[in-house]
Amino acid sequence: MCASVKYGSRGPALIPRMKTKHRIYYITLFSVVLLGLIATGMFQFWPHSIESSAEWSLDRRSVHDAPLVRIPVSSPIPERGDLSCRMHTCFDVYRCGYNPKNKIKVYIYPLQRFVDEVGVPISSTGLSREYNDLLSAISDSDFYTDDVTRACLFIPSIDVLNQNSLRIRETAQALAMLPRWDKGMNHLLFNMLPGGPPDYNTALDVPRDRALLAGGGFSTWTYRQGYDVSIPVYSPLSAEVDLPERQPGPRRYFILSSQTAIHREYRVELERLKEENGEALLLLDKCSNLSQGLASVRKRCYKGQVYDYPQILQESSFCVVLRGARLGQATLSDVLQAGCVPVIMADSYILPFSEVLDWKRASVVIPEEKLPEMYTILKSIPHRQVEEMQRQARWFWEAYFSSMKAVGMTTLQIINDRIYPYAARTYEEWNNPPVIKWSSVNSPLFLPLIPPRSPGFTAVVLTYDRIESLFRVITEISKVPSLAKLLVVWNNQNKSPPEESLWPKVAVPLKVVRTKENKLSNRFFPFDEIETEAVLAIDDDIIMLTSDELQFGYEVWREFPDRLVGYPGRLHLWDHEMGKWKYESEWTNEVSMVLTGAAFYHKYFNYLYTYKMPGDIKNWVDAHMNCEDIAMNFLVANITGKAPIKVTPRKKFKCPECTAIDGLSLDQTHMVERSECINKFASVFGTMPLKVVEHRADPVLYKDDFPEKLKSFPNIGSL
Amino acid sequence: MQARKKYVLLGLCTCCWLLLFYWGGLQERLLGLITYRRGEVARPWPDWLDRALLPGFADQAELQNDGGPGDSPRQRRQAWAGIYKDSHCRMETCFDFGRCQAPSGFRVYVYPPEKSERVSESYRKILTSVAESRYYTSDPREACLFVLGIDTLDRDQLSTQFVPNVDERIRGYPLWNDGRNHVIFNLYSGTWPNYTEDLGFNVGQAILAKASLNTEHFRPGFDVSIPLFSKEHPQKGGERGWLVRNTVPPRRKYLLMFKGKRYLTGIGSDTRNALHHIHNGKDIVSLTTCRHGKDWEKHKDARCDHDNQEYERFDYQELLHNSTFCLVPRGRRLGSFRFLESLQAACIPVLLSNGWELPFSDVIQWNQAVVEGDERLLLQVPSTVRAVGIDRVLALRQRTQMLWEAYFSSVDKIVLTTLEIIKDRVYSHISRNKFMWNALPGGLLVLPEYSTHLAHYPFYYFNLGISPGQEFTAVIHATSPLVSQSQPIMKLLQLVSKSKYCSQIIILWNSEKPPPHRSKWPPMPVPLIVTDGRRKTSSRFLPHAAIETEAVLSLDEDTMLLTSEINFAFHVWRSFPERIVGYPPRSHFWDPVKKAWGYTSKWTNEYSIVLTGAAFYHRYYHHLFSHYLPSSLRALVDRTSNCEDILMNFLVSSVTHLPPIKVAQRKQYKEMPTLQGTKMAPWANPEHFTQRQECVNTFASWFGYMPLMHSQFRLDPVLFKDHVSVLRKRYKDLERV
Repeated sequence: MCASVKYGSRGPALIPRMKTKHRIYYITLFSVVLLGLIATGMFQFWPHSIESSAEWSLDRRSVHDAPLVRIPVSSPIPERGDLSCRMHTCFDVYRCGYNPKNKIKVYIYPLQRFVDEVGVPISSTGLSREYNDLLSAISDSDFYTDDVTRACLFIPSIDVLNQNSLRIRETAQALAMLPRWDKGMNHLLFNMLPGGPPDYNTALDVPRDRALLAGGGFSTWTYRQGYDVSIPVYSPLSAEVDLPERQPGPRRYFILSSQTAIHREYRVELERLKEENGEALLLLDKCSNLSQGLASVRKRCYKGQVYDYPQILQESSFCVVLRGARLGQATLSDVLQAGCVPVIMADSYILPFSEVLDWKRASVVIPEEKLPEMYTILKSIPHRQVEEMQRQARWFWEAYFSSMKAVGMTTLQIINDRIYPYAARTYEEWNNPPVIKWSSVNSPLFLPLIPPRSPGFTAVVLTYDRIESLFRVITEISKVPSLAKLLVVWNNQNKSPPEESLWPKVAVPLKVVRTKENKLSNRFFPFDEIETEAVLAIDDDIIMLTSDELQFGYEVWREFPDRLVGYPGRLHLWDHEMGKWKYESEWTNEVSMVLTGAAFYHKYFNYLYTYKMPGDIKNWVDAHMNCEDIAMNFLVANITGKAPIKVTPRKKFKCPECTAIDGLSLDQTHMVERSECINKFASVFGTMPLKVVEHRADPVLYKDDFPEKLKSFPNIGSL
Repeated sequence: MQARKKYVLLGLCTCCWLLLFYWGGLQERLLGLITYRRGEVARPWPDWLDRALLPGFADQAELQNDGGPGDSPRQRRQAWAGIYKDSHCRMETCFDFGRCQAPSGFRVYVYPPEKSERVSESYRKILTSVAESRYYTSDPREACLFVLGIDTLDRDQLSTQFVPNVDERIRGYPLWNDGRNHVIFNLYSGTWPNYTEDLGFNVGQAILAKASLNTEHFRPGFDVSIPLFSKEHPQKGGERGWLVRNTVPPRRKYLLMFKGKRYLTGIGSDTRNALHHIHNGKDIVSLTTCRHGKDWEKHKDARCDHDNQEYERFDYQELLHNSTFCLVPRGRRLGSFRFLESLQAACIPVLLSNGWELPFSDVIQWNQAVVEGDERLLLQVPSTVRAVGIDRVLALRQRTQMLWEAYFSSVDKIVLTTLEIIKDRVYSHISRNKFMWNALPGGLLVLPEYSTHLAHYPFYYFNLGISPGQEFTAVIHATSPLVSQSQPIMKLLQLVSKSKYCSQIIILWNSEKPPPHRSKWPPMPVPLIVTDGRRKTSSRFLPHAAIETEAVLSLDEDTMLLTSEINFAFHVWRSFPERIVGYPPRSHFWDPVKKAWGYTSKWTNEYSIVLTGAAFYHRYYHHLFSHYLPSSLRALVDRTSNCEDILMNFLVSSVTHLPPIKVAQRKQYKEMPTLQGTKMAPWANPEHFTQRQECVNTFASWFGYMPLMHSQFRLDPVLFKDHVSVLRKRYKDLERV
């Protein structure tokens, strides 16, 4: 600034007075200066930017380099937490806004070292390893933003995990000094060990205005449901000791108590249980002969016998987790890690992440008063359920307890789910361990409905150029009472469909859709013209189905709207010699697929086929001009977990799956190709979703000795 | 002069250099800004050099010692009971668990209403539901829970149904005990203008089952939030949801709709007054009217006339049927009738009611059935619901139906759900988990006393990714004494035991004669157990502890079935484990002349019942039959020695909403009575048949609707009667029947 002023005031006055002989000298000088200016500019420009970015990314600094902040004695103290706070009263939702990703943005304050006026730090530990891990995990996640103006949630870098190491008043003042504190609005504090002696409050004692608290050890009186988040007390042992997952099943001990700080009253009760039930119980305590220190933390004793902790936890089916002075216990984490089912006796305790986790599937919660009945209660649980719980316990630990990162991410996801409830994770996503997630199915059409007959079905006929056969099919189908509409998918780009006047006269609307490419997938496109739920996919050469058979097929579909209901059935088999799947079209006693040359199904599956087909299956089908029906069978079986329904007796189909090769006797190659499809699809799906059944559907009075004219569907199997 | 020039020159150069620095700095900052915006390189939390040296948040010894063992737990619990009362009530401090212990267990007592008592229609229904539930007791001494006879539903002082002096009256009750173990039902609290949650009397330690509960006053784990329902809400059964088919694409004519009152002043007006902003007259219809209350014209504003006109153009019912989403904003109170209405109509509720504790929020995962909006973000609602994909719309919509039918369609269900939630809290270690509450067929049909293990139920195989077991238990109902070795039961035993899937046979001895000695029974490859049925027909479906397999094959003593028929039926059952799968089909029909249900055993084109004389089903249905159904129906079965099979079909169909499955061709499963036969089979008796007609009607009235459904197909073996060599057929025997 000063430079430009100088230049401006002296410069213009100087130049007119210059003599000619000096002019060249000046010009040269200026040029040199100008060049120098540009050169230095460039010089300044490049190295500087490199240096500055280096400073940002390679921030190899010590925590002790963090700036020191002095807290004036008179600095304001926030109010105590307001127990009536809820998301709609104490949380500023406008900061989060509507965003298409439905993901909140989290800002972390830079680290500062707060000291009081005389220079004593507010916390005896400062930043702890665990809190640092937590903050780095958040900073590495999708939630993180370093732009304070875009943040929805703020996380102070002041470590309040353990209240015992804090100076309460000064910590509170430090919080209030944060630049965006604003009465704690949208601030999230993590605390695992709340309260202090003698009465140990169940929530952090630091006054914190409206800040959200992710706390370990909430009781139902301090926990603000739907606002706070209950988190586990992290056990640093889990990072030190590697306990490999054990197969669920009965273990050496039935009940194990490994806690060292159990109140005498409880210990007496436990001893009584031990007397009654003997070896099934193992009651461990501190080792009196070991010196204090790290070793004692990893050892437990019973009558002079020494056991390794936490390894011993893996030897028991159930592990007792009793409350101590606090409600939240780090033991819970150890117990879960060992795949031991926790027996939690801590009245009024809000279990970790209970907002989303179903603890009844991983633990047994018993009122403290019922401790004497513990053995009977646990004995009444079926073995298989205990195994499930062991597996579930281990999975909870892996997913939500195992690291500070897991704890932090789960907490943020829970808050995220509250802010964007319409994008929240489901119960299954939270609670089902991978092994169940992998094998279970949640059908998109899960409600048991038998849709009314009235809207009927839409027949979708795929055709290329066999007009005569097509017209015959149309004429036949049009006799079916429940037919609502006929849709002809004209897959031939070189030829126009015949004139309107040439088409057979039918009572229902007939529409022809011309496709852009000759692709098999076109038959499964969710055309807007299909207005009914039920779709009958039919080839242009299927003329051997009677009207009764088709109507009956529709009636069966109404009772199974989530399945493929079709006529020719096929089977997949495991070829032991070749070690792969084989396609089978022989006369078999079993069915796992129905051909879509003639099949009813829900229009929803058209959407799935067109838009949600996994991998490159769709392209494979179009490239090979084959197997679109197998792909559809895979898709439906995979998403519903159910087998298709074959209706009515078998008939001599004119090899309906060989339309591409037009009846030519290339059976062998055809079968090989179909087998290949099955193997290909099974590898894309990562599993074999097809289900094998031994039944087919017939009318109730099929082949019965009963007057034909009284039968609803007399004409079955006649063609 | 020269010196001055040099001086000037030097100054100039300095200026230039300074300028350069200034520019350079500026450029660098500009560059930083540009690269930041472009690359979005966020500045991460530093990777501290001394990260490894950081102290742990707590010493491990400190963690394990946890501040010592603390106070005496017994004293602490006592102290709590003294501190945490009234608005801080929790089950452990305000509920006397001792009252609920064996032998009586969970029993509910209803105070007899006084003679002069005016009880509203809705409350009368609630009391009836409790009194007809299986938990009812008329003896207050064995009760665990108490329900007041005084109508506390409407606590609006301006209402005509307001009951005065409740405080004095309840304090007069000797069992009141400051409300301990009492449930108080309430639909409306507070009055104009504030509509507070005050009930106008001291609730004390009683559990509140209240509509429109606010999260702030809700005592978590203690109170129960119930839905607001109208006095026309049916006592039993109830209408089914309106969703009859899953249309694709799932969106309906309108995207979002609201039609209701606009409050110009007072509580709730903030939201209701803004609703018209989202109306676009096309796919979003949000209609409000000012015309409500006596003096609406006094408060009327500029919009009113136009709004009122627009309001009349649309019909509420038509909108309900044709809208994908329905706005459910708060009214004066947090809950509204609209909530249940849209739930039933499969119109996905979009809630705008901040602080509302949703009905049965303890157990129901509402975010899977509704869109929880925020009153503050009304203007975002259109874009939010527009962004909901078709998969999600389909899922949300089906879930509204599932919840409606499981918990809300009748007063019975609402009351029973309330009781079951409390019961689950009392016996927390024998209770339903969240999954059971939220999956089909709903928590009321899952009895945790049977098992708390999901795999033990017939409903969850798909969700768990497992299939039913490979074995079955045959239960044979024997009523005639054993006199000869050629009796049908002997033949049946042989045939059943030959099945490779049969793991055990139980003979339920219901004859007048005592069961014969073990040696009288033929030797069996599988264990044979004979149990005494005490000559009760209903004992057929007792949950016998001996049944260890999931599948039960129920047989009459004179049933005729081939082993291959049994095997085939078992195979089919494994595909439909939640249904009854068997041979003898029967049907029900509506008789318009008699205006009653009819029952037929004639051969027809459809069936709705499969008799349990030869059928497979899941053993859990034994438990439901014996514990879920009221004793009155079982008594009817025992009295008439009839209809137990029809009742079982009613039960299973009411659970699954699906018909049973008939397998293969056989319809006659018993030998026709020979003319010279001395003893007529009971089922050949015409009276027997009339009884069954009556049964169908009695059962339908208890269920409150007709749960039976018709099916038009049967399942045959794949190659049944096909023109193939018999050698290829696995079930060739079936063709000879």
